[in-house]
Amino acid sequence: MGNLLEQAGRLRPAPENFLSDEQVKAVASGRRDFLRKSFLAASAAMAAPLAARAADGDSNILSNPAWTTSLGQPVAARPYGTPSQFESQLLRRESPGLARVGGASVSFCPLQGLFGIITPSGLHFERHHQGWVDVDPSKHRFMVNGSDDSLIKRPKVYTLDELMRMPSVSRIHFIECGANSGVEWANVAVPTVQYTHGMVSCSEFTGVPLKLLLDDCGVDYKKARYVLAEGADGSSMTRTIPMEMVESGEVFVAYGQNGEMLRPENGYPLRLVVPGVQGVSWVKWLRRIEVGDKPYATKDEAVHYIDLMPDGQHRQYTSIHEAKSVITSPSGGQTLLDKGYYNISGIAWSGRGKIRQVDVSVDGGINWQTARLEGPIQNKALTRFNAAWVWDGKPAILQSRAIDETGYVQPSYGQLRAVRGSKSIYHNNAIQSWKVVESGEISNVQVL
Amino acid sequence: MSRFSRFILSLAFAGAATSAVAFENFKGIGRPATPAEIKAWDIDVRPDFKGLPKGSGSVSQGEVIFEEKCASCHGTFGESNEVFTPLVGGTTKDDIKTGHVRALATGDLPQRTTFTKVATISTIFDYIQRAMPWTAPKSLKPDEIYGILAYLLNLSEIVPSDFVLSDKNIADIQKMMPNRNGMTTNHGMWPGAPASKGGIGNGGKPDVQAKACMKNCKTEVRIGSILPDYARNAHGNLEDQNRNFGPVRGVKTGESLAAAPKNSAELELATISGCMACHGINNKIVGPGYNEVQLRYKDQTDAEDRLSRKVREGGQGAWGSIPMPANEHVKEADAKTLVRWILSGAK
Ligand code: HEC
Ligand code: HEC
Repeated sequence: MGNLLEQAGRLRPAPENFLSDEQVKAVASGRRDFLRKSFLAASAAMAAPLAARAADGDSNILSNPAWTTSLGQPVAARPYGTPSQFESQLLRRESPGLARVGGASVSFCPLQGLFGIITPSGLHFERHHQGWVDVDPSKHRFMVNGSDDSLIKRPKVYTLDELMRMPSVSRIHFIECGANSGVEWANVAVPTVQYTHGMVSCSEFTGVPLKLLLDDCGVDYKKARYVLAEGADGSSMTRTIPMEMVESGEVFVAYGQNGEMLRPENGYPLRLVVPGVQGVSWVKWLRRIEVGDKPYATKDEAVHYIDLMPDGQHRQYTSIHEAKSVITSPSGGQTLLDKGYYNISGIAWSGRGKIRQVDVSVDGGINWQTARLEGPIQNKALTRFNAAWVWDGKPAILQSRAIDETGYVQPSYGQLRAVRGSKSIYHNNAIQSWKVVESGEISNVQVL
Repeated sequence: MSRFSRFILSLAFAGAATSAVAFENFKGIGRPATPAEIKAWDIDVRPDFKGLPKGSGSVSQGEVIFEEKCASCHGTFGESNEVFTPLVGGTTKDDIKTGHVRALATGDLPQRTTFTKVATISTIFDYIQRAMPWTAPKSLKPDEIYGILAYLLNLSEIVPSDFVLSDKNIADIQKMMPNRNGMTTNHGMWPGAPASKGGIGNGGKPDVQAKACMKNCKTEVRIGSILPDYARNAHGNLEDQNRNFGPVRGVKTGESLAAAPKNSAELELATISGCMACHGINNKIVGPGYNEVQLRYKDQTDAEDRLSRKVREGGQGAWGSIPMPANEHVKEADAKTLVRWILSGAK
């Protein structure tokens, strides 16, 4: 294939838009000479027109395509814009066999094709426990009360009209499900980054700091050291959040997501944002905050989202996501088209603050190079990293390792399992490895 | 908290000022919640039983309600794995004594059930009250919940079959929960005050301490696990899950979308109308599989009208006690289309 690349103008007759079945088979079966053979010593059927074109140049340049020679569509032809007709591949998808019913399941975000750090709202991962609902904002109410009258002077009710009059903040934060990468604790189970890491997304959220609302209600912060957040859907999901986080001003009651209102699947019209903490605490369709003097041991902090340790004890109230990263391109289930230059690109995040450094290895962790971080680097947000790689056509194992501003270093599978075993389900932040073989096919492996 | 977030904080509150002033500042925003409103929404029950409603229910009463309202999804004995993981099973008499479910440590457990994990009985009361039955949450009265919980406790051999559970004796039963001592908060992943200051956990100290070596970090690469062959092909055609331009292509692991038969227009309609969440074409989910529906009504000429009305209005009793909620969002004509499709052997 080297010959093809060296031709002037990189004229490669195919593949432009796809690999044919035959080509994919050839590449997958390890016949890396396939492209050269098929195009240089091409069959009679293909050779004539391709050779002619290759001599003059690319037909896409030599003759103008329809979009260059005609009138385009008027403004507002699609009042709510949608992606190009050519972008049909990157969709939220379920992982077969993970859950039994769609109402208590997960759909994964297609990280393998996304750029930068902001997740398009329509591709944000979903996790519902009792289906998603589309709440009428004019009928939605938000209540603040206390587990005890002595904890709060004025329990209050707010409407969206009122909340949206209050001072607002807009901040970019990642949200990750506590069970992201959960199926991989013991062994490799799924083929692509969508299914290994696709329960993380990142948006700009807009809303009112919860502290302002609690102040407004006259909360006694001496006694009320916890808040309970509750949803308005059938599950009325509840989670305990420490008052320290609320007092820090980080926790907010959000209505906006990426410049528009939240999507119904993400809690329209109101959800809690609890930066750095697992997604289950970001209660969707938020209807109530109760301030209390004790934690609540709700179903999703006493039956689920508890981490099973090797001694048989479950860790309860584990909430923070420790530093984690993953290479999204090239990644599992993909095939490299050629030897030569590639941009290794991925995302890193930490529930303890900013990402300080990401290192990338192409030899399974023997040697590492420091990747370039795309700024500005935000607190408790995805951070995009990029590193140069020239693939020599030989087997390789790609890895990334995040370090956050506290100095915490993302562990390998060996290091993580030595402490936590392999049954935890939650908070798997091990280094992800992608193995590249000579055919260019990349697959999911675990390096200890 | 990071320095960065402290910085944002000071920005956020500059101008919004301190609590005392804030109340003045938000004049005209919000109003007092009435006692009746708080009572209607404040349904949470804490481990110390704050919030627990008064009432009682017996094992035998609970059994009847469970059979009627819960068994279709959870199995008569709470053992079903069909819709969700089993509620009961996996605990022993000895666990009731020690408060540790031993199988969690030994690994002699095909699957963790609710009762093998939960330490606090309040959790189950609270959850059933707020969320079950799944398709009709918040429909149970306190006495019914006490009864159901008594039945589940009896299935777990924690209480005898003539037991009556109530707000008076629930604290005694807490002392018999098989995994009541099975939780630890000694970890660094609680984002609030540590246990030493009246909070939870160790104050954020990480348990896993890796180092960032850069060169010649090891002599060999040890692979712990690789993707099994069946798993490579178990997520559809990966070629269709990647762009067909750019630096890479998806690996072909199945039929390509272009070659696959398109979903019928009716199946699309059923999907966007939300029907497929509860019905499979050939399998029961919450409601019957469409194949069963077709089989039952194939000789009944009035079925189409009757069923399309039922789809829009909802109802129960034809297939069991789980109701189908009303589907008022589905237009009359669409309901007819869907039912005609079901009765003609949905595909
Ligand atoms: C239509 C099916 C359905 C019915 C009927 C139903 N449930 Fe459930 N139940 C579920 C599903 C699904 C979940 C898991 C929800 C989630 O993921 O949060 C669940 C979860 C539970 C749990 C928590 C289990 C755990 O380990 O997290 C309990 C307890 C429970 N149900 C009790 C009941 C009781 C009691 C009834 C009857 C009053 C009932 N359910 C009726 C489907 C059902
Ligand atoms: C929340 C779950 C749920 C949804 C959503 C749902 N169904 Fe049902 N459906 C059920 C249940 C449960 C039954 C059984 C009711 C009974 O026993 O009478 C049922 C029964 C039916 C029946 C048979 C009725 C009978 O009397 O035999 C048809 C036909 C049907 N559903 C069609 C639909 C269609 C079409 C939709 C989408 C518009 C839909 N369902 C949405 C749960 C659901």
